[in-house]
Amino acid sequence: MSRADTRADTQADGELGVSGDRAPRPLWSLGLLRNELGTTFRRRRTLMLLAVLACVPVLVGIAVRVQTADGGGRGGPAFISLVTNNGLFLVFTSLAATLPVFLPMALAVVAGDAIAGEAGAGTLRYLLVAPAGRTRLLLVKYAAALAFSLAATLVVAASALIVGVLLFPLGEVTLLSGTAVPFTEGLLRALAVAGMVALSLTGVAALGLFVSTLTGSGIAAMATTVGLVLTAQILDALPQLAAVQPYLFPHYWLSFADLLRDPVYWDDIRSNLGLQAVYVLLFGSAAWARFTTRDITA
Amino acid sequence: MGPPVIETRGLTKTYGSGRPAVEGLDLSVPAGSIFGFLGPNGSGKTTTIRMLMGLIQPTAGGARLLGEPMPAAARRVLPRIGALIEGPALYGFLTGRANLLRYDAADPTADPRTRAARVTAALERVGLAAAAGKRARAYSLGMKQRLGLAAALLQPRDLLILDEPTNGLDPQGMREIRGLVRELAADGTTVFLSSHLLDEIEQVCTHAAVMSSGRLITQGTVAGLAAGARGRLAVTTPDTADAVRILKEHGLADLVVTGDRVTGELPPGTDGGEPDPADLNAALVVAGVRVRAFGTERPSLEDVFVALTGEGFDVAG
Repeated sequence: MSRADTRADTQADGELGVSGDRAPRPLWSLGLLRNELGTTFRRRRTLMLLAVLACVPVLVGIAVRVQTADGGGRGGPAFISLVTNNGLFLVFTSLAATLPVFLPMALAVVAGDAIAGEAGAGTLRYLLVAPAGRTRLLLVKYAAALAFSLAATLVVAASALIVGVLLFPLGEVTLLSGTAVPFTEGLLRALAVAGMVALSLTGVAALGLFVSTLTGSGIAAMATTVGLVLTAQILDALPQLAAVQPYLFPHYWLSFADLLRDPVYWDDIRSNLGLQAVYVLLFGSAAWARFTTRDITA
Repeated sequence: MGPPVIETRGLTKTYGSGRPAVEGLDLSVPAGSIFGFLGPNGSGKTTTIRMLMGLIQPTAGGARLLGEPMPAAARRVLPRIGALIEGPALYGFLTGRANLLRYDAADPTADPRTRAARVTAALERVGLAAAAGKRARAYSLGMKQRLGLAAALLQPRDLLILDEPTNGLDPQGMREIRGLVRELAADGTTVFLSSHLLDEIEQVCTHAAVMSSGRLITQGTVAGLAAGARGRLAVTTPDTADAVRILKEHGLADLVVTGDRVTGELPPGTDGGEPDPADLNAALVVAGVRVRAFGTERPSLEDVFVALTGEGFDVAG
C-alpha cells in the first residue's frame, strides 16, 4: 500500500482515489445504463427511426381524412372506420398499423446492433476491460432495447393523438363492446394499449440481442433480426401452419384491442404476455450463455 | 520489488485445430518495470494480451495479474489496469470527450462525481484538450491513438498494458508517448509495452521478452539480453583482403566486407572475456594494414533477436 499512499498524496484532488483501494459500488454500476440510454437516444440513427415512426400516424390520418371527404371509408386496418368519429381511435389504428412490421423492424436495428455493433467497431473490448462485466453489459443493452421499444411506441401514440386532435372530432369513446366511456378514460385506455404494445416487443428485443451475440457485424445482426421478424409474420399468416402459430411471437400481438372492451377480455392478452415471457427467458438465457463464454477477438 | 505484476504459467491458445497462436508461455513481469514485449507481427503478442485481459479464454495454462488469477478476479483486477489493445476503438458518432465519459461509466469503481475532471485531465495529458469536442470519426489515426491512451489513463493505474502504442504516430508523437511512458513508470506504474519496433523497446524499456511464432524466446533485463549477443568489430581500411586474413587468424567469425569496411564477430576469449580490440588493432598495423577507423559496435536488440531465432525480423508465416 505504501506506493498507493504516496500516489494519493501526489493527486491534486484527494477524492480521485487510488487504484489499490477502489471497489465496485452498486450505485456507480448504474452509470453504464445511464450512459447507454443517453448514447442511444442522442444517436442520430435512433432519432431518425423515431422520426419515421412519428410520420406513420400523420400519413394514416391524412389518408383517412381525404378518403372520408370523398365519401368512402370502408375496409383498411383495424379501427380505421372509427377514426372519423373520434380522433382518439387514430392512436389505436396507428399502433395496429406499426406493430406488425415498423416497430419490430426499428427495434431490430437497435437490439441487433447492441453487441454486434460494439464488436464490429472494437469498442466491445474496451468496455469489457473497463471492466463493464459481460452480464452487466448484456443487461444494460437489453434495458436500452426495452427503453427504445417504449419510446418508439409512445412516439407513435403521441403523434397519432396530435394528428387525431387536429383532424378529427373528439368526445366520448365508444368501446368495441358498444359501451361509451368518457374521453379521459379513453385516454387512459390508450396509454394502457401503448404499454401493452411495448410489452409485446420484449420477445423481439431478446431475440435481437441473442442474434447480436452471434456475430461481429452489426449490419448482419440487424438484417437477420429483421428477417426473423418478417418470417414469423409470414408463417403466422399461412393457414396451413395453424398448429405452430400459437408459438410464434407475433401471434397474439393484436390482442391489445381487447383492452378496448368492457369488461376487458384478458385471455389473449395473458397468452401474449406469457409467450413474450417465454421468448425473453429462452433467448435471454441463450444470449447470456453465448456472450459470457465467447472469445472477444474483434 | 515484490511479486511479479504479470505472471503466466504454460499459457496456451489454439484457435480451431491449427498451430497454437501462443504456446506454453511462462512470462514474468517485475513490478515497477517498463517491460517490452517484442516480436514480429503475428508472433502471438496480441493473443497473449487478450488472454491477460480476460477477453479470450486460454486453451491451457493460466495467468495472474497483480497477484490475482485472471479471468476469475477480473472485476477486482481490471479497474487497476489501463489498456490499449490492438489499436484504439472509438464511437465515431461521439465526441472524443463523450467517448471517454462512456468508457469511464463502464467501470463500476469509477466515481461519477470526479468523472468530468478525470476525463479532462486525461485529455490534457495526451494533448487532445483542443480536439475534445470534435466527433471521433473526424480524428486522425494519431489522434485516435492518443484518445485510446487517454482512456487507459482515466484512473491512476498499477499496470498499463499498451499494445503497439506508437502505431500511426509521427516521430514527434512517438517521442511524446515515450516521454509519457517514462513519466508514468516514474510514478510507480508498471508498463507492459508490446511492439514490433526494436528500437522503440530499446529506448524506453528496462526489461524485455522476445516472442517468435507463439513461443517465448527469452526474457530478462534489456542490458542482460544485449550482453547475450557478442559485439562486432568494425574496421575501415583500403586493405580489406589483408584485414580479413589477419582478423580470421585472431579468431573473428562471420567476417563481412562492404566497400572499405570489414566487420566481424568477436570470439569468446579464453578466460571468458573477449580479446582486447587494442591487440587486434596492433596486429593489423604490424601486418601493414592501413586502418582508417576502428571500433566495436554494441549489439542491438535486433542482433539479439537474429541471434536467438536465426532468422530476420519478419512477419511470421
